[in-house]
Amino acid sequence: MDKVMRMSSERGVVIFTKSSCCLCYAVQILFRDLRVQPTIYDIETDPDCREIEKALLRIGCSTAVPAVFVGGKLVGSTNEVMSLHLSGSLVPLIKPYQSLPY
Amino acid sequence: MNTTTSSHFVPPTRFGIYDPLNQIGTMWEESFKNNGGFYTPNSIIIPTNEKPDSLSEDGTEGTPHKFDQEASTSRHPDKTQRRLAQNREAARKSRLRKKAYVQQLETSRLKLIHLEQELDRARQQGFYASNRVDTNPLGFSDNMNSGIVAFEMEYGHWVKEQNRQIHELRTVLNGQVSDVELRLLVDNAMKHYFQLYRMKSAAAKLDVFYIMSGMWKTSAERFFLWIGGFRPSELLKVLLPHFDPMMDQQVLDVCNLRQSCQQAEDAVSQGMEKLQHTLAESVAAGELGEGSYVPQITCAMERLEALVSFVNQADHLRHETLQQMHRILTTRQAARGLLALGEYFQRLRALSSSWETRQREPT
Repeated sequence: MDKVMRMSSERGVVIFTKSSCCLCYAVQILFRDLRVQPTIYDIETDPDCREIEKALLRIGCSTAVPAVFVGGKLVGSTNEVMSLHLSGSLVPLIKPYQSLPY
Repeated sequence: MNTTTSSHFVPPTRFGIYDPLNQIGTMWEESFKNNGGFYTPNSIIIPTNEKPDSLSEDGTEGTPHKFDQEASTSRHPDKTQRRLAQNREAARKSRLRKKAYVQQLETSRLKLIHLEQELDRARQQGFYASNRVDTNPLGFSDNMNSGIVAFEMEYGHWVKEQNRQIHELRTVLNGQVSDVELRLLVDNAMKHYFQLYRMKSAAAKLDVFYIMSGMWKTSAERFFLWIGGFRPSELLKVLLPHFDPMMDQQVLDVCNLRQSCQQAEDAVSQGMEKLQHTLAESVAAGELGEGSYVPQITCAMERLEALVSFVNQADHLRHETLQQMHRILTTRQAARGLLALGEYFQRLRALSSSWETRQREPT
């Protein structure tokens, strides 16, 4: 889906969320702890919400939200983000985008 | 020396036949009842005429009866005699009732101990089916309850297998064991934990509150509960000393893992707090006090669905933490770590058991 491709290929960390989704919130907290300020797209406010959800699932996200992209590439949903972080591979991936102060 | 006894409760003896043990006891008591007065066999009063059955057991009562009555009437007036007889009779009946009551208490006490033991056993196997129905006013169907009962039974088996594995690890590590054999044991232990998370995931779909509250665990384990299980970062802290000696790279890796664990936990915890907040909002929405709240309940039910994903996420963190430890450590270190982990939980279970016993002991 064009919209998704466009939004996801923005620079840095991009997260598709729903305001009602509390795991989305958890993922945002994690990135903030890692000193990253991600771009958040709340798809619930978007009229194309359903299509976006389907598109995200089609791309390969385990759950539609949260959908995390880093440097235009899909990282995955909560499971994938947590796995990456515990294996120590997340921080090197987001290093270029760590903009927040300590 | 013939004396008669009047009571129906006394174990049957041939009427009039001297029964030393019985008589001595009663005589002793009655001598006190007579204000410490004289003890003579003659002062044991014949039953009054109101109790013909005890008198007419056989035909031999005549002579002793007459003998005693003649002897007593010469000492006491009739009325007093009868009153004293009635008093003694009442006293005897009272003693026997008391004896029966005490026996009943003893039996009940034994029954209570037996029931408590059964309850303990059942609790360990975790049959909480009846309790759960009470705490669930919305009334889940029988299907869900039976699923949870099945989970509890499975968990009982899981713990047994866990204990067996711990014992095996301990035995093997105390002796000589090949790396190959050790790796097999380590892999089995890991798979065993992963199996538990699969079981929990299925149970969470049936009753997420049950899993969230750690109802299948013992009380001390529940004290340390974090979203339906142990807190991975805490666990690493407990296990760390058991991996020594470690290579520098391992030390670094474990430190990083601990930090990542902590950050992941914090993020998920904050997500949980937000869920609690939104759930509370849903429940409290609208007018509190109107008495009708179907829409609020409907909305809250939808929010509760998210709880299942949190339980799954927490188990995912546990899964990944174990996986990472397996990657970082040598086989032998991993075996020691798994042994330490297993025994840590055994100790928590022992603590719970000990505490419950202590609570029941009379002060």
